[in-house]
Amino acid sequence: MKKTLTTLAVTALLAGPAAADLVIPDLSYRTGPYAAGGIPFSDGYQDYFELLNQRDGGIGGEMVRVVECETGYNTEKGVECYESTKGEGALVYQPLSTGITYQLIPKAAADGIPLHTMGYGRTSARNGEVFNNVFNYPANYWDAASVAVNYLLDENGGDLSGKTIALVYHNSAYGKEPIRTLEALAEKHGFDLTQLAVDHPGQEQKSQWLQIRRERPDYVLMWGWGVMNQVAVQEAANVRFPMENFIGNWWAGAEHDVTPAGDAANGYKSLNMNTINPDAPVFDEIREHVVDAGLAAGDGSNVGNVLYTRGMYAAMLAAEAIRKAQEIHGTANITPAMMRDGMAALEMTEARMEELGYPNIGPVFSVSCQNHGGSGQGLVQQWNASEQRFEPLTGFIEPDREVIDPLIQEDSMAYAEENGITPGCADS
Amino acid sequence: MPDQLLFATEVALNGLMAGVMYSLVALGFVLIFKASGIFNYAQGVMALFAAMTLVGIQNGQVPFSHLINAIFGTDIHYFGWEAPAILAIALTVVVMIALAWAVNRFIFRHLVNQEPIILFMATIGLAYFLEGVADLMWGSEIKTLDVGLPQGINETIDSVTFEIFGYGFFIDNLDIVATVIAALLVLGLVAFSQYTKQGRALRAVADDHQAALSVGISLNFIWVLVWSIAGFVALVAGIMWGAKSGVQFSLSLIALKALPVLMLGGFTSIPGAIVGGLIIGVGEKLFEFAIGQPFLGGATENWFAYVLALLFLVFRPQGLFGEKIIERV
Repeated sequence: MKKTLTTLAVTALLAGPAAADLVIPDLSYRTGPYAAGGIPFSDGYQDYFELLNQRDGGIGGEMVRVVECETGYNTEKGVECYESTKGEGALVYQPLSTGITYQLIPKAAADGIPLHTMGYGRTSARNGEVFNNVFNYPANYWDAASVAVNYLLDENGGDLSGKTIALVYHNSAYGKEPIRTLEALAEKHGFDLTQLAVDHPGQEQKSQWLQIRRERPDYVLMWGWGVMNQVAVQEAANVRFPMENFIGNWWAGAEHDVTPAGDAANGYKSLNMNTINPDAPVFDEIREHVVDAGLAAGDGSNVGNVLYTRGMYAAMLAAEAIRKAQEIHGTANITPAMMRDGMAALEMTEARMEELGYPNIGPVFSVSCQNHGGSGQGLVQQWNASEQRFEPLTGFIEPDREVIDPLIQEDSMAYAEENGITPGCADS
Repeated sequence: MPDQLLFATEVALNGLMAGVMYSLVALGFVLIFKASGIFNYAQGVMALFAAMTLVGIQNGQVPFSHLINAIFGTDIHYFGWEAPAILAIALTVVVMIALAWAVNRFIFRHLVNQEPIILFMATIGLAYFLEGVADLMWGSEIKTLDVGLPQGINETIDSVTFEIFGYGFFIDNLDIVATVIAALLVLGLVAFSQYTKQGRALRAVADDHQAALSVGISLNFIWVLVWSIAGFVALVAGIMWGAKSGVQFSLSLIALKALPVLMLGGFTSIPGAIVGGLIIGVGEKLFEFAIGQPFLGGATENWFAYVLALLFLVFRPQGLFGEKIIERV
């Protein structure tokens, strides 16, 4: 809000075009039922680009111009945002919604603008030969399901046979995403999978948690979003389900998902695609160059929290892809097609993450024409209620590629057939 | 008792409790519709606004701080004090009364004698406006609501039922509190309408606006009064639902749970809102338990509540307790 008003005021005063050349739209949702998740992500995304502008004079000498558009997490509004901003020279879109992503995949392909759907969207977009313009590194939903199961395998000495895992999921395309993978993993490892759908928005989950209380599954996995997460954590506490056996995915593992339940949420676990370290040097830089200078997208209170870090990580990956594109094409002023080349050649090494001011923020991975999904690794974190923070329980865990890759191949090839796409690498 | 019967009984009891929570929202709709014929689309947002105001006052948050900071370049967010829950509730009631006055002064006073659909449209506008104001006043982040309400399994019911049946029933303490509060609320509303001058005036207006006007009852006063009471009911609903999920913008969607209750119980009956809520709560929970989860993949509660309400409507269009409207030509 502060950023919006400041932007309005500055725009009114200057009434002239901005000078920046690298245009990055930010399809944010700062209003509506999902704003609590949308605000910190957008703050992190914008603040990192602002840091690059203020500290380094942009990327490769070109300033970054972030164009924010409010979607309200609404698919129609998201598509409107895409249509209204693409003409400004947008280099890459981070739609921040699986629903919006599905609508934008054919549009972005036609317009030649890349999409980065980080840990959401269409899982089979990992197959870069079918989805030339869509990237979902560092991990996707099916990776997440497999990482959760691999973690549980590790907890149980490599054997889950005879165990029961309940999946509590948002009754939507997003919530149903992991079912196929979990069914395949259940068959492979011999555990029973119980599926418990929760209707949107998820304020009432009594039936599901009474069933969990009756059947006492060994573990509960959750694919939730918005109010569903807070209610689920509270209901789990109410029926005394052991929090350490309750694991949410990475969209059910932010501070605001657990704080309403207070101390009862202590021990709740969730996946994450990046580490959480509020003391990372990059945050000090953001505070110095952006927050203290009054240029932050928010009020600065979110710096370092789970979703702020993820938003900043998304911006960091975009900035690195821009650098790579500039390097490949020998020009600082890149086009969306060049950006796609940069994304397809992205490499995140330990050394580079350290140089960027956040060692080990994400897994080491590289992207290629064939693999748009990165390493697929994820970690498990646990809520410490007394410290009011998530703490890492594991390092990055590998997903089960043996199970996931055939599913991705099958789904992506079906998409290619439906849409008349001949699989192959995009021309540079 | 066979296990399935025990489980069904537990589900039905929890359905009754959930139904009370739905009734708390439906009551606000009924009060306004009964007194003014307005279907208040903004009732859910009023619950959100009331709960956000309560938490904001409790935490000593400066209202409109982002706006103030953006205009004046300041950096203020909190007053630096925390208000006791009871004081915060009292102050929120004052805010809801002020809102009721403003709604009538600036909207409905100008729409007297308009078609019901126009009044309904006005409440849609009010809902979106109020949501925006709540955002500007208190921000969009999820807030923890703590007014000292107990939550979690009721130990006594658990142990007593375990001794009798060998299976301890789960009943949430918050639901028990909600039931007691709903009962007190209904008793209070009945006593108010039966035994106070203002209450009798309200009933007169509800029966016949023209006749009430002819005996000197101020319609403006009655409408401010009824919107204030609906605001108070919204605060109670906001507290109960907000205690479960934290106070956040999806709180306004609780109105969706009240609609089938209104269809079933009738738009003009306070007992109808309660009985309707109980029937919907038990019906949807038992259907999910017996048919939805085993045979249909679950998540049937939202749509089944409406199916149940539609079934009642077919046989009794005015709802269980609603007044049958006969227009003579």
